[in-house]
Amino acid sequence: MTFGTPAYDIAHLLGGGVLLLSFVLLYQRRIDAVINAFAVQGALLAAAAAWQGYIQGAAGLYVTAVIAVVAKAVLIPLALRHVLGRFGLQRAVEPALGVGPSLLAAVALVGLSVLVVLPITAGQAQALTREDLALALSVVLLGMLMMITRRNAISQVIGLMSLENGLILGAVAVTGMPLVVELSTAALVLMVAVVGGVVVFQIRGRLETLDTSFLHRARGEEPPA
Amino acid sequence: MTFHWAWAVVFLPWIGAIALAAMPPRGRMPALVNLGVSALSLVLALVLLAQPYGVQGWTRTDALNLPFVLLSAIVGCTTAAFSAATVDAEGFDELRARAYHAAFQVFMGAQFLALLSDNLGVMWVAIEIATLASVLMVAVHGTPSAVEAAWKFFILCGVGIALALFGTILLYLAAQPVIGAGDPGLSWGALAAVAAKCDPGVLSLAFVFLLVGYGTKAGLVPLHSWLPDAEAEGPLPINAVLSGLLLNAALFAVLRAKAIVGAHPEAMAPGPLMVAFGLASLLLAGFALWRRRDARRLFAWSSIEHMGLATFAFGIGGVAANLAGLLHMLGHSLVKSGVFFAIGAAAQIKGSQKVADIGGLARSHPGLGWALALGIAALAGLPPFTLFVSEFSMVVATAAAQPWLLLPLGLGLLVAAAALVTVLQRLCLGAPTPDNPTEDAFSLPGGVLWASIPTWLHLVLAALLALAAPAGLAAMLREGARVLG
Repeated sequence: MTFGTPAYDIAHLLGGGVLLLSFVLLYQRRIDAVINAFAVQGALLAAAAAWQGYIQGAAGLYVTAVIAVVAKAVLIPLALRHVLGRFGLQRAVEPALGVGPSLLAAVALVGLSVLVVLPITAGQAQALTREDLALALSVVLLGMLMMITRRNAISQVIGLMSLENGLILGAVAVTGMPLVVELSTAALVLMVAVVGGVVVFQIRGRLETLDTSFLHRARGEEPPA
Repeated sequence: MTFHWAWAVVFLPWIGAIALAAMPPRGRMPALVNLGVSALSLVLALVLLAQPYGVQGWTRTDALNLPFVLLSAIVGCTTAAFSAATVDAEGFDELRARAYHAAFQVFMGAQFLALLSDNLGVMWVAIEIATLASVLMVAVHGTPSAVEAAWKFFILCGVGIALALFGTILLYLAAQPVIGAGDPGLSWGALAAVAAKCDPGVLSLAFVFLLVGYGTKAGLVPLHSWLPDAEAEGPLPINAVLSGLLLNAALFAVLRAKAIVGAHPEAMAPGPLMVAFGLASLLLAGFALWRRRDARRLFAWSSIEHMGLATFAFGIGGVAANLAGLLHMLGHSLVKSGVFFAIGAAAQIKGSQKVADIGGLARSHPGLGWALALGIAALAGLPPFTLFVSEFSMVVATAAAQPWLLLPLGLGLLVAAAALVTVLQRLCLGAPTPDNPTEDAFSLPGGVLWASIPTWLHLVLAALLALAAPAGLAAMLREGARVLG
């Protein structure tokens, strides 16, 4: 492991920052705080992408960075906030798993992804790539954890979007990845569509019924009483 | 850059989608334009079949994907015809009619692109577009249950394709030291050629993500639960394209990944993992079939079962089992979309999609009822349809490779077949239940007959594929099975 090369250290710092924000997302108890943490994560991701663009000399990554900062740090949080404000939903996060156990599970997942990624990429990819990949996989797994352990739609959507942040972090870290701008934009379109879904849902006033229990009723398959 | 027919196949539906979105939906116009575009796509797919294999930038045509392109065009065309016959009863307003028809063609274009793409990044984008379009089609009615189903579909498949993207990035990471930076690092042809020199660890990790990610979209257990909801709540015709086409495109992506990873002797063997996913889907769905009360949900579960069977066959590997898997995918698409047409028409006649409300169809509406009965029998694996041939060769290949796997395979096949035969008796034989047609159902001249023609057509094709497949197609499938390794 080399220390002291700024290119390496700063890339690590930014990647680590994105992962740290994934932890921050997990211990918030209010939805507006979750949205803030997501916005900061988006901004850090944009910085990480821009830095990778600089050290790899890949101009396309600046485009990814600009798109990330505009959409994830500004527009999507504003839209979610608008939804919250307009419908008076300043509600608490409803975790299915408490904050303490969630964080423990998160630490275990980070350990898992480091154990999975580092040995198999040993001696093959550049050190920067492999460690960024371990960070990216951790962010992906933490995003999934958040989707599993949170009950209401906005938290689940933010979990999905933070999972997608992890993907972009991985994609920008791999040197010379083709189509990275196209892929990150396409992934973003998906996320924007999800946020659009939240807005539609909200207008229908059924946000809290995202529990699968509602679907059981809609399914008409519960055993006859 | 020269014109290639492959691009025409992809872009024609998308141009059609723009036209359908822009056109004022008057009377039957959108349904007829939709049918026209689909018929033209079928012609283009036939033209494409006559072209030599090759790579055209981001797309490729080979023995593996051309049969599926043709199948997609056929199912797209019959679905458009069925849609034209039944869309009146869906009760769309102007906006919904526009959204529905445009989303249908967007979906078809994305389906063709997903099958034809050589670049795995492009394939991912195509599957994402197909997902977005099908979510829109599921949600188009806007009823609470439709929105809930679409939402579940969206979130689960969103996670699925996110994981698949991670797998795609990992594949590139594995290939990059060998191929170098740039577009070839995501090209399937280039990756399959150099796979043996790539790092086996990264390849294995990539395959796990690709299998779980695309497997979610292919309806494999344990991330299958979006499929029954989506099938039950959307407009009737989209069942055929969801089960018949979308699942195939996702499983096809898994196959492309398997061909790459399987080419490296030290990478994790894809087989056992696929066998496990396949058997889990087969067994869970086989037992779940017994408890379904909603006919469309029931056949969605049967799709989970059949995708599991195909995945199992590819997991066994070898030319014979791969061929069985490819045939199974083709046969399942034809038969299942035909059954969905028939069950959709029956639901409109009876005004309900509950199994208990649909009965005695063979007596009250013989044309439709017997088509449905034959279709369900085909799904249960009875001759003379393709699914019998593919399941039989699957069993033979399993007996040769891993005889002990015959036990769970046989159990799953029997349980599922028995459940389907029970359903067949309830839906088609016995005393008819009273008709209670949906408003505006079958307003076309010919009515029910018109809606049952696509089912008969699919059944004939499925029987022909089993009994008298054209030599060219059979050779193509065998070559595709060899490519998969």
